[in-house]
Amino acid sequence: MAKVNGAIVVDIETCKGCDLCVPVCAENVISMSTEVNRKGYHYAYMSNPEACNGCTNCAVVCPDRAITVYRVKVAG
Amino acid sequence: MNVSEIIKPENQVFCKTKLMTDATLSYCPGCGHGTAHNLTMEVIDEMGIVADTIGVAPVGCSVLAYDFMNIDMTQAAHGRAPAVATAISRLWPNKYVFTYQGDGDLAAIGTAETIHACNRGENIVVIFVNNGIYGMTGGQMAPTTLSGMPTSTSPYGRDVKTMGSPIKMTELVANLPGVYFATRHAVHTHKHARKAKKAIQKAFENTRLKKGVSFVEIVSNCNSGWKMTPLESNQWMVDNMFPYYPLGDIKVDGVLK
Repeated sequence: MAKVNGAIVVDIETCKGCDLCVPVCAENVISMSTEVNRKGYHYAYMSNPEACNGCTNCAVVCPDRAITVYRVKVAG
Repeated sequence: MNVSEIIKPENQVFCKTKLMTDATLSYCPGCGHGTAHNLTMEVIDEMGIVADTIGVAPVGCSVLAYDFMNIDMTQAAHGRAPAVATAISRLWPNKYVFTYQGDGDLAAIGTAETIHACNRGENIVVIFVNNGIYGMTGGQMAPTTLSGMPTSTSPYGRDVKTMGSPIKMTELVANLPGVYFATRHAVHTHKHARKAKKAIQKAFENTRLKKGVSFVEIVSNCNSGWKMTPLESNQWMVDNMFPYYPLGDIKVDGVLK
């Protein structure tokens, strides 16, 4: 069965640190950074990138559409 | 597999629609308006109707919607978006005309325009974002504020004996024969957001078929107005708003559920 690997890219300056993407991620990939962006928001980042399967749940729920999702199928 | 091997243009499965401008949304972090804006624009993009769509922005938090939505838009006086949309859809009957309104705009000052546009069965889509409060002006009580809900103008909670009960606009307009589709959704999780997107798509398809008013209510949070964090406000919405404003279809294809 093909395995799916995913990754997200967060637009750090667009992210407002609302946290909505964290609970919708079934794989617990996303955490909020301890660093802040230029507006002072703690932005989202992939703290557990190996687990991401590119399901797009985080991107769909992001009000500011700061998340771009990539997905690739790998044989295995 | 290395992350840098995955992040390539050919592997991209989701990005912001090009029908949203690069302007930073003026909404508070976690506000449902941003998701509602994006879902609407994604539907218009996927249906390929951008050249034929005209939006009407209201007064309220989403007054600057025309700055964020990269389509033809106009802006109406407070509450008058359905009247302006009526004019546009009558002058250009083949265009897709939608209004995007909040509860202070649609359910308070614009009640007459909303109800009469719905009663006339104008061929428009109404997207109604209900957060139970006047968000932009400082969290005052709105007609949709829940019973007992504290706001800046009802600090001890809304007293229904003197202030009336919260108004259920979607149920109200669903009883009018001009309304073809009335539904209530939310956008706080991915499941709800995807359902809301399907409802918005159905609303625009009804416009194509010239069926009359399609009324899509989106129950949203107002974390600043409710004085909570985004996640707390979403939980409060689930616990308190949804029992009074139950999600689901109220009228589909002209038939009440």
